[in-house]
Amino acid sequence: MNTAAAIDPRHAAGQRLRERLFRAATWVAAFLVLILLGGVAASLVHGAWPALAHFRLHFLTSEVWNPVTDQYGALAAVYGTVVTSIIALAIAIPVSFGIAIFLTELAPAWMKRPVGIAVELLAAVPSIIYGIWGLFVLAPVLQRHVQPWLIDTLGPLPLVGKLFQGPPFGIGILTAGIVLAIMVVPFISAVTRDVFETVPDVLKESGYGLGATTWEVIWQVVVPYARTGMIGGIMLGLGRALGETMAVTFVIGNAHRIGSSLLAPGTTISAAIANEFTEAVGDLYTSSLIALGALLFLITFTVIAAARFMLLRLERRALSSV
Amino acid sequence: MNRRLLRKLTNLVALALSGLATAVGLFFLGAILWTLLSRGLAGMSWALFTAMTPPPGGSGGLLNAIYGSVVMTVIGLLIGGPVGMLAGTYLAEYGRTSPVSAVIRFVNDVLLSAPSIIVGLFVYQLLVIRMGHFSAIAGAVALGIIAIPVTVRTTEDMLNLVPQGMKDASTAMGAYPWRTITSVIYPAARSGIVTGLLLAVARISGETAPLLFTALNNQFWSTNLNAPMANLPVVIFQFALSPYPNWQQLAWSGALLITLSILILSITARVVVSRLGPGGGGR
Repeated sequence: MNTAAAIDPRHAAGQRLRERLFRAATWVAAFLVLILLGGVAASLVHGAWPALAHFRLHFLTSEVWNPVTDQYGALAAVYGTVVTSIIALAIAIPVSFGIAIFLTELAPAWMKRPVGIAVELLAAVPSIIYGIWGLFVLAPVLQRHVQPWLIDTLGPLPLVGKLFQGPPFGIGILTAGIVLAIMVVPFISAVTRDVFETVPDVLKESGYGLGATTWEVIWQVVVPYARTGMIGGIMLGLGRALGETMAVTFVIGNAHRIGSSLLAPGTTISAAIANEFTEAVGDLYTSSLIALGALLFLITFTVIAAARFMLLRLERRALSSV
Repeated sequence: MNRRLLRKLTNLVALALSGLATAVGLFFLGAILWTLLSRGLAGMSWALFTAMTPPPGGSGGLLNAIYGSVVMTVIGLLIGGPVGMLAGTYLAEYGRTSPVSAVIRFVNDVLLSAPSIIVGLFVYQLLVIRMGHFSAIAGAVALGIIAIPVTVRTTEDMLNLVPQGMKDASTAMGAYPWRTITSVIYPAARSGIVTGLLLAVARISGETAPLLFTALNNQFWSTNLNAPMANLPVVIFQFALSPYPNWQQLAWSGALLITLSILILSITARVVVSRLGPGGGGR
């Protein structure tokens, strides 16, 4: 720096100015990320305010969603969002766990990469494709073959029977849950595979050395070691399932009600917004939809933040053990 | 002896189930691609790329929707790409160890997985209400916002792959950090950064939810950025849910088109990354 200044002071001054400008530009861009999150939160609260001020807590506790009488409650949408996500996770967690085990412990080396990439490509397929496929391919199959069977075998049972009664619509809460499961499997299995790969070989080898079978090593050595990361991955998948819009909008049936049956049509927060927003007339209607959005933001933000926090802690542990 | 048999059996069943799970995952990828190919190919013709979206029952193509998608994706990338690259540069170089960077990284990761429909609502309130109407530019901004976290993440990761020795060598020659970054680090990480941008394009070109109430849709040819513009995802959404067979056929063809482009982009990105190799910065 000093020699440069000695050679040509103006050159050095120009360099310092550019340095300052470039540095400021990167700094502004980085802060834009923070502002973005703040801006999204602020705009949602601002847009939701009229509805929240009008309905107060009733917005959260009422199931009624009636544009004609201008009555809006979020309960049915929240119920649909939560139930479809639970179904999705109930299916996706075991499947993803299996895929992760297969990819890290079982698959021969030549198979690992192509299969891993194929599963990851499932994640790259846009959600609208899952929606159109779910509506035209999956829903008819479920309606003709799966749902009648569910109604006949599980319907008469006490307690759980209520979940599987009524006509087989094809579309509905259950179908949406299944489509969501297909969508989140790639996410959860990719994260689970990655955390399985962080398990030190020495630990696994000591398990095998004691005479444990592959499954025993996985269940008693790998899983306990990778638990935090697995939960992080699952919560990431949950965040995705809660906020997913297009895939659900196609197959959920869009009915603002809470039916006891999983086979009945329902709605989710994101599906309600996608379906109704452009057609919403009246400030209260629009504001209520934005309030739904704010609610979704709050829920997913909490879930995703918790997931990222867990994965972050895991990363630190991995770094400190190296 | 019995116990040993039980353990072996458990092992076998568990491993067989995990193989089955993988088969199920691959089956669905295959099933989706097969449906897209078999239904989408039926509508593939030149008209798809040369004609506008038709009225119900008429014949037509997807030209205006393809054009709109390309335009909005490009503008979205022009907005999100530079911002994401600069922010990624800050996180990887200037602010590598600062506590603020840790917060920014965390927020960025949250934004990366945030529901895209929320971004649509945000841009609706930010631009559509102020402008008084739906517009292509609002759609492009929404896509740009979605592209930012993807680009930030990949840029930071790729810049971190550049060997410290190269940076030190540049600094030792008296270069200011900006000179080191633009003349040494960026060229070394070029293919990685391009990969990140490809992934960002793959991500935003299939997004539907944020366009529903920003760009809306348009039956006709329009190049006006200040007016609603047709785009593939929303056209697929509306046509697939319509009762008209010719619209549904176009929806399938559009779905095939969009999926193939995204899969090709993702695979290209992966090939580029695997060429980089561990620790290398590309050439």
